[in-house]
Amino acid sequence: MSTQHTQSSNAQHGPFIRFLATLDRRWIFLAMMLAVGTPILLQLRPAETAGPLSTATFDVIEALPAGSRVLFAFDYDPASEGELQPMANAFVHHCASKGHKLAFLALWPLGAQKANETAETILKPFHPEYQAGVDYCMLGYKAGNEGVIKVIVTDLLQVYQADVNGTPLSEIPMLKGVTNIQAFDLIINISAGYPGSKEWAQYGTSAYPDAFILLVGTTGVQSNQLYPYYPAQMKGMLVAIKGAAEYEVLVNGKYGETAAILAAQAAMSATSGGAMKETGVPAVLQEGQRRMGPQLVAHLLMVTLIVLGNIVYFATRTKGAAR
Amino acid sequence: MLKRTVPLFITGIAGAILIVAYFSPATTNWGEVVTDWMNTLAAVAFILGGGNLLFVNLEKISSKRPGWAYALVTLLAFVLTLAFGVLKIGAVPNAQFPATPWAGDYESVRAPFGWVYEYVLSPLTATMFAMLAFYVASAAFRAFRAKNIEAILLLGTAFVILLGRTAAAAILTGWIPVDGPFAFLRLDTLAVNIMQYVSTAGTRAIMMGIALGIAATSLRLILGIDRSYLVSD
Repeated sequence: MSTQHTQSSNAQHGPFIRFLATLDRRWIFLAMMLAVGTPILLQLRPAETAGPLSTATFDVIEALPAGSRVLFAFDYDPASEGELQPMANAFVHHCASKGHKLAFLALWPLGAQKANETAETILKPFHPEYQAGVDYCMLGYKAGNEGVIKVIVTDLLQVYQADVNGTPLSEIPMLKGVTNIQAFDLIINISAGYPGSKEWAQYGTSAYPDAFILLVGTTGVQSNQLYPYYPAQMKGMLVAIKGAAEYEVLVNGKYGETAAILAAQAAMSATSGGAMKETGVPAVLQEGQRRMGPQLVAHLLMVTLIVLGNIVYFATRTKGAAR
Repeated sequence: MLKRTVPLFITGIAGAILIVAYFSPATTNWGEVVTDWMNTLAAVAFILGGGNLLFVNLEKISSKRPGWAYALVTLLAFVLTLAFGVLKIGAVPNAQFPATPWAGDYESVRAPFGWVYEYVLSPLTATMFAMLAFYVASAAFRAFRAKNIEAILLLGTAFVILLGRTAAAAILTGWIPVDGPFAFLRLDTLAVNIMQYVSTAGTRAIMMGIALGIAATSLRLILGIDRSYLVSD
C-alpha cells in the first residue's frame, strides 16, 4: 500500500527527482567506495597547515628539556587504528627525536599490543639508539579503568610491580626513583573512548594540576567531550586524522629527515637489494597526511549526498503540498 | 538478610571512604586501598565474563537455538585464543633463555596468539569500524533533512565541519586573508570556533547536568536508598 503510494507520488516528478527518490543504497555504497579508493590509488595528498591545537601540542613537547620522562597511555584498539595510529607514530617519533625517556602503559587490553607495534615501527628503525629499559619500557595493560589512574598517580608500584617482561620496576634504569606517575614530566594519552582522555583529565590533571602536563590524541567522535578540558587540564589535543596530519607537518618539518632516518632508509634499501628504496620523510611518518586525501573526497561526497537528499525532500514536499 | 546487608554495608563504607579521601590528604591512603579493591574486582570480572560467555554460548549450542553456529564460532575463537595466550602455545623461543619454558615470545606474529591478533582480530575490527562510512553516507542521503530551524542549523554546522576539517576549506575560502577582518569566515577557522566555543559551551552544560545526576545517584547508593544493583531473588 505504502509502496504503491510512493510510486504514484514519484511518478509526478521529473526523471532526476524520480531517480534520486528511488536510488538504491548500494549505489551510495559504491560511490563511497570510489570516493575513498580513488584518492588512495591516485595518491591524492592535499597540503596541510598546522592549526592552533596541533601547534600547542607540538610546542609542549618541544619545550621539554631533552631526557624528560614521558608516559604514554595507549587506550585504543585495532578498530580505531586507522584514525589514531598516525598520531601515535608521530608522538613517539617526536619524543624520541627530542631524546625523552618513554614508558608505555594501556588501560585497554589491546592497547599494550598497539604500544609494542609502535615501538617496533618507529623506535627500532628510526631510533636504533633507544634501548629497552634505559630509554623506553613497556608496562603493559592493567584492568581497572580509571581506578588504575587513581592509584598510580600516587603509588605506581601498587599496580605495576614489574614491566611486561617481568623485570621489577626498581631494576629498570629509566624508572629509578619513580614511585608514582607524578615523576613524569608529560603524559600523552591516545584514546578511542572509555577509559581514556576524559579519565586522565579527571583523575590525573584535575586532581594534581601541577604534577604533570597532559596531551591527548583522540578520535573525532569523542573530541566534543574533551574540548571543555582544553587548555586547563589538557595542554594540547590532536583531533582525528586532521590533527595527526597537521602534527606530522610540524614534526616532519623539524625531525623528518634526521641522520638516523636517512641511515635507516639506506639500511632498508641495502637489505632489500635496492627493491625498497625510500627517500625523504619515511611513508610511515606521513600516514596522517596520506589519509587526508580520501577524507577530503569522502567529505565532499557526504555534502553532495546531503544536498541531493534535501533536493528530493523539498521537491516531493512542495508537490505533495500543492496537491 | 546477609545477601542485602553486606553489599549495602560495603558500598556505603567504600563510597564514604572515597569521598573523604578526596577532600582530606590524611585519608588519601584509605582511598588508594579501596581503589585497589576495585582494580582487583575488575580483573576478577574478566573471569566472570569469560565464564558467562562460555555458559551462554554452550547453552545456545546445546539447545540448537537459531544462530547456534555463530555461538560455536564465538566459542572456538574464545577457547583457542585463550589457550594460545595463557599456555603460550607455539611461542617463539627466547634467544636469551632458549631452554627455559614459558620464556618465549607469544605476541610475535610467528606465534599463534600473535598471528590471531595480527591477521584475524585486527582486520576484523578495523573492517567493522570502516563499514560505518558506508552507513553514514546512506543515512546522510536519506535522513538529513532541513525540516525546521533546528535541522537547518544542524545542517549548516555539519557542512562547515565536514568542509572545514579537510583541504576543501583552503580551496573554498583560502583566499580570505588570515589577518583580515573577515578571517572568521574562513571555513577552517569557523570549524575550529564552532568546536572550541559553541560545541564546548553546550557540552559543558550537559557535563554539569550529568555530574549533578551522578552525585545524586552516588549519594543514593552510598546511603542505601537506591538498592536496584542488588540481585533480587
